[in-house]
Amino acid sequence: MTALLTAYARAMGIAVADGEGPAAPVLTLDFRHDLEGRPGAWHGGAIAGLLETAGYAALHTELAARGRDPLLKPINITVQYLSTGRTRASHARGRVVRLGRRNANIAVEAWQDDPSKPIASAVMNVLMVDAVD
Amino acid sequence: MNAFGGPFDSAMLSKWVLTRAHPGWLELRYRAHGDDWCELELPWRADLVGDERRPALASGPIMSLMDMAAGMAIWVTNGEFRPVATLDLRIDYIRPSRDRAPVFGRVTCYRQTRSAAFIRGSAHDGDAGDPVAEVSGVFMVLDPARMR
Repeated sequence: MTALLTAYARAMGIAVADGEGPAAPVLTLDFRHDLEGRPGAWHGGAIAGLLETAGYAALHTELAARGRDPLLKPINITVQYLSTGRTRASHARGRVVRLGRRNANIAVEAWQDDPSKPIASAVMNVLMVDAVD
Repeated sequence: MNAFGGPFDSAMLSKWVLTRAHPGWLELRYRAHGDDWCELELPWRADLVGDERRPALASGPIMSLMDMAAGMAIWVTNGEFRPVATLDLRIDYIRPSRDRAPVFGRVTCYRQTRSAAFIRGSAHDGDAGDPVAEVSGVFMVLDPARMR
């Protein structure tokens, strides 16, 4: 499942926690000082990177199930920070809300201990360009 | 060391906040600031690439760059180094950055209330007139005395 992860995601330390089956995978990132913002809290950018990576993993899973392999280009991402990310592991999973031919809309949530209590959420729009043979 | 609550000093601030933790890992560099804005540089690095077919910086590190430039823009605007927390951050990716190019992020704090700071800015890879991304967001300014 490493194909789900970019060089950036691997350098961050993001791992696929639960990537079996047709569902969008849960990605996990253990806390370390390299991901800290203000003392005792995750950096907002690191959380955004985890959310975005989980969004792409959800989209890849959905596209693979349909036998599609387009080039993906980010259009935008909006991140909502709901509570402070404490100094322990964070997890994230995306959901493809709408899969069109040219663009996809993806919702993502990140949590720490309890998936029903997200610490951040994101909405992403991604442009898909089918490879020309 | 925790310098929160002290007066703003760009040299001290850059040395302290950009060499440690997540900004330190990304090797963010201070470029310039004005009364209400700050510009930082994200150097290109092979392990920060987002697409194996193209050696351009991933979008994730650009979000971190803009988040950090926003925090520093808020500090220069209120002339005080108080901790901030991102509440909402939106980035529009206008085009990919050039291969092996650093990305520069300039963010302005255009409105500051007692506890909320509103920011907007853009990122470019050499020509500020041809941005790679536009950003807007809202941060909460925290009371250092109430930090755990």
